[in-house]
Amino acid sequence: MAADPTEPELTRGAPVGRRVVLGLLGVGAVGVLAGARVQDWLERVVGPLIAKDGTGLASLLPIGRFRIYTVTGSLPSKPPREWHLRVDGLVDAPFTVGYQELLAMPATHLTRDFQCVTGWRVNEVDWVGVKLSDLLDRAGVQTGAKALRFHSFDGEYTESLTLSQARRPDVLAAYRLDGGDISDAHGGPVRLYVAPMYGYKSLKWLDRIEVTDSVHPGYWEKLGYDVDGWVGRSNGRSDDAT
Amino acid sequence: MPPDLATDDPPLLRFDGMERAVHWSTAALFGMLMVTGAALYAGPISVLVGNRETVRTVHVWCGLLLPVPLLIGVITGRGARLRADLRRLNRWAPGERRWFRSRTRAEVELGKFNPGQKLNAACVGGVGLVMLATGSIMHWFAAFPVDWRTGATFAHDWFALGLWVLVIGHVMFALRDGDALEAMMVNGRVPASWARRKAPRWYREMRPGQPAVGSSEVRDSEA
Repeated sequence: MAADPTEPELTRGAPVGRRVVLGLLGVGAVGVLAGARVQDWLERVVGPLIAKDGTGLASLLPIGRFRIYTVTGSLPSKPPREWHLRVDGLVDAPFTVGYQELLAMPATHLTRDFQCVTGWRVNEVDWVGVKLSDLLDRAGVQTGAKALRFHSFDGEYTESLTLSQARRPDVLAAYRLDGGDISDAHGGPVRLYVAPMYGYKSLKWLDRIEVTDSVHPGYWEKLGYDVDGWVGRSNGRSDDAT
Repeated sequence: MPPDLATDDPPLLRFDGMERAVHWSTAALFGMLMVTGAALYAGPISVLVGNRETVRTVHVWCGLLLPVPLLIGVITGRGARLRADLRRLNRWAPGERRWFRSRTRAEVELGKFNPGQKLNAACVGGVGLVMLATGSIMHWFAAFPVDWRTGATFAHDWFALGLWVLVIGHVMFALRDGDALEAMMVNGRVPASWARRKAPRWYREMRPGQPAVGSSEVRDSEA
């Protein structure tokens, strides 16, 4: 092509810039439409490789990772020796249990996926904890009690479960996560783990369990999430069960 | 900036006030987006910063404001130079693609922007639009199918990683070229010797009367 060298470069040549922009928009659109499936595939195939990466750099990639959500200004933190769980409300014998005492109770091991209502999922997370039903039996739930209200020591985060939901064998006061103690970021030293429900139901920094006569919607439920947060059957989502 | 002593050739205006204002307000918004984005995304930083709702509000607002400086610059009367430079960035002269093969780099006579800058501009523009669209889906998720929220998060995460690379690359190249950096930071002007060396086709366009200097002109094989 014999372009006139005196012609200003403004109008010379192919509009490559525009093509690059449109191409990227196309890739972005495919990402939105197919991203859910690609993410799923990445987590199954690449996730295990990343878990083996010793440098920790790969954990910055958006694959198979927990996102840390807090509801208050600073990260709640309490060393295990200062941590206590109060069980009270409509019970015959309210009690307080310390960290070591909780660890001495019969332990339940669960390996289940963790699904967040915003879309991310972490496959095969190992949890160890005490079944909530054991704690409830120890306190003696009174007739007329219908639900539980959970309080976090961050002072803001609350959650709820009906009594029958809380008595499921896959609902724990958990103190171990993937083979280690539960860190502050993950809601330690003890957090709720409600295996069949979205992550927001698994209250972090567990401080108090109050037995109530009706369901009190929790922090995230007041912001619009479903009170009964079953994975795949609530919040308009269709995720596979955990 | 003094004129070139050898040729008595005064500096050339590379970026006018409007262009620099658009550049620096966009850069400030980019900085805010990168810092708040990192705090929303990376667990250790989230933990350090806390205040997730506030950080998210700032991030969303900066994102929505990001295209505003450029749009204002493009539609106002004083944006003629900005509009012309956008056309320069869009158009690739024949042979410019070969510039990326470093061994033949000298054979292509460059205009005001080199092909690397053109590619960076197009990528930042395209990725920026994708970030705006996917961020909007994430923020107003209730208006979209549920799978789109996961997909938009997926795209937003990966495109953000790409954008970090583009911005860091842009800053590193800018720091390596003191004259060009000074032009963007101080008064918009570059020494004529810089223009003859790095943007000879632009130099000829700006100074048609000046004798051609150096070997670049004769090498414009496509012309």
